[in-house]
Amino acid sequence: MRKRFIDMAGAAAVAAALIAIAALPAGVQAQGGAQPPTPGAWPRFTVPQMADGRPNLNGIWQALVPANFNLEDHEAQAGPYTELMGAYSGEPAGQSVVEGGVIPYRPEALARRKQNFENRMKADLSRDDAWHDLGDPEMKCYMPGVPRATYMNHPFQIVQGNADFLLMAYEFASATRIIRMNWKDDAPGDFWMGWSRGRWEGDTLVVDVTGQRKETWFDRAGNYHSEAMRVTERYTLVSPYHILYEATIEDPEIYTRPWKISFPLYRRMERNVQLLEFKCQPFAEELLYGRFRKK
Amino acid sequence: MTRRMLMSAAAAGCALAVVGLLAVPVAGQAERAGAPAGAPPAPKPATQAPARPAATRPFAPPKTSWGDPDLQGIWNFATSTPLERPAAVGDKPVLSDAEAEQFEEQLAFNLTRDRRDGGNAADVARAYNEHWMDPRRLEILSDRRTSLIVDPPDGRIPPLVPLSPERQKAAQEAAARAARFNAGMPLGHEEMTPPMRGIIRTDLPPYLGTIYNNTAHIFQSPGYVVIVQEMIHSARIIPMDGRPHINQGLKQWLGDTRGRWEGNTLVLETRNFRPDRGAVYRNANPDTFRIVERLTRTAPETLTYEFTISDPTTWTRPWTAMVPWAKINEQLYEYTTHEDNYDLVHLLVGARVREARGEKPPEPAGRPAGGGGDGDR
Repeated sequence: MRKRFIDMAGAAAVAAALIAIAALPAGVQAQGGAQPPTPGAWPRFTVPQMADGRPNLNGIWQALVPANFNLEDHEAQAGPYTELMGAYSGEPAGQSVVEGGVIPYRPEALARRKQNFENRMKADLSRDDAWHDLGDPEMKCYMPGVPRATYMNHPFQIVQGNADFLLMAYEFASATRIIRMNWKDDAPGDFWMGWSRGRWEGDTLVVDVTGQRKETWFDRAGNYHSEAMRVTERYTLVSPYHILYEATIEDPEIYTRPWKISFPLYRRMERNVQLLEFKCQPFAEELLYGRFRKK
Repeated sequence: MTRRMLMSAAAAGCALAVVGLLAVPVAGQAERAGAPAGAPPAPKPATQAPARPAATRPFAPPKTSWGDPDLQGIWNFATSTPLERPAAVGDKPVLSDAEAEQFEEQLAFNLTRDRRDGGNAADVARAYNEHWMDPRRLEILSDRRTSLIVDPPDGRIPPLVPLSPERQKAAQEAAARAARFNAGMPLGHEEMTPPMRGIIRTDLPPYLGTIYNNTAHIFQSPGYVVIVQEMIHSARIIPMDGRPHINQGLKQWLGDTRGRWEGNTLVLETRNFRPDRGAVYRNANPDTFRIVERLTRTAPETLTYEFTISDPTTWTRPWTAMVPWAKINEQLYEYTTHEDNYDLVHLLVGARVREARGEKPPEPAGRPAGGGGDGDR
């Protein structure tokens, strides 16, 4: 009897402890290493720092979400030219990386997205004034703009020293952009990769991107913006191997309100990892210029 | 290019100042004649600016927060001093003050796009006026050298070795493409050089000045040095951790660079260049071409960029040039070609129109000089 009582008391204590554990933030549970980490929950860790005390974001990073096919929910689907490409051109399914699931387009702006998608594999450079009207800029090997450069299924490298400039170098099309820290002046022009000004908010690198060319897209689904777009990116180290990437997009010409995407970036850990070249201009030339060749 | 402009200017009747230059008494002209190949230049008399400031005036560079020499910042490497010593200055490696003034005036006159002599055709060939150009490219080096090349002592690229039949054929084909292009009748986009196609431009080492955008932004992080050349917006990311080169079978437009510190000097070795025409400097042999670059800060606002090129299947000996870079308080802006390459389409459309009119592309004239550059960089 007495023993049973003790057992029950023991069971109650264990239950109380379990309840206490359950009440802790999800991240702490995995700290002991007994359980695999919970997706979306980041265990506490010591943020590696530069000498100036700022988080050290140096590394080669890559997104794994299939957002470049479509930021929003999308089923797996056959790609273009299946008669030539078979399953090679198939596109993987993905869940939306947009907070709330859907990009808040103005109703009148949706037709353009549909049109972009339908024309994504076309290009016609025979008229200067219609040069950029057709085709996904990625297909034409144009610099992808921000935030698309971040999830192009190619790695990129953050180069952070002790100067007032950070560099983000992307494998795709050898695109680069300079992050000017605490820079006052707004974009002096329009650029494919925009005009990036950075600042630290606590342990988060915040980058304000304006001055982007209106011709860049978000994905192969034809999601787009105008030249009025402002992107506010947030880079937060959430583990030694992950950056939480968040980007808020404002463009009152196209959307009814600001909207946000977020996903982790993964540190590439191959012993010999380095950015290689994806200078894709030659891959796009036949499509763009083939019709102007001597017959 | 620079040399060609010098020569054409002389031929056009602008030789007066050059002749004047020749008439100036020769000072120290033979001082390096006895130097063995590859040896550093002999010390200069006190009246002459030192050719290698780093050797005579050691400068303690600032360090990054992790202890490496700090090269971070934005640098300009334009100058009117030509890569190779112009014939007009004989074998004089360094000029006196008075000679240098004339030299600079003459070079600037030859290079300026604001000249209006020479007629309509010359005006069209000069294209953009000086407004678009880097004004630093009209100034000679402050050390008054007559060539960027410091070795061989004659200040000139060494003679070519006989090229293989394959390379001779490639050079002839390139000359034919260039002739068609110059006649406005390129057959297709493949006839264009890599810079015209927006693939590479001045980001291919060695870094030498051109008409504009002679600007490099150097970034550093622990274990890396990164050089971004304005044209064409690529980052040359250089691991400094002693790792081996990528495998020989993996070629890149910008090659594969590994760096190390030798004292305060950044030493870069690059290989693995692609075999495409124009993807190796002066169409040297990508299999045997090697370039070693050395960057050393020599003063608060100056660094010395020195490169040595060797390719025993192209040149009879290695050669070295030295270019000072000036730190500038300006910015690098995004440079693009491919995204809005209207020119390329216009050139091709124009060629098709000419064909429709019955015009014929030119036959290549004679045998081209092999190994030379045929690309606009």
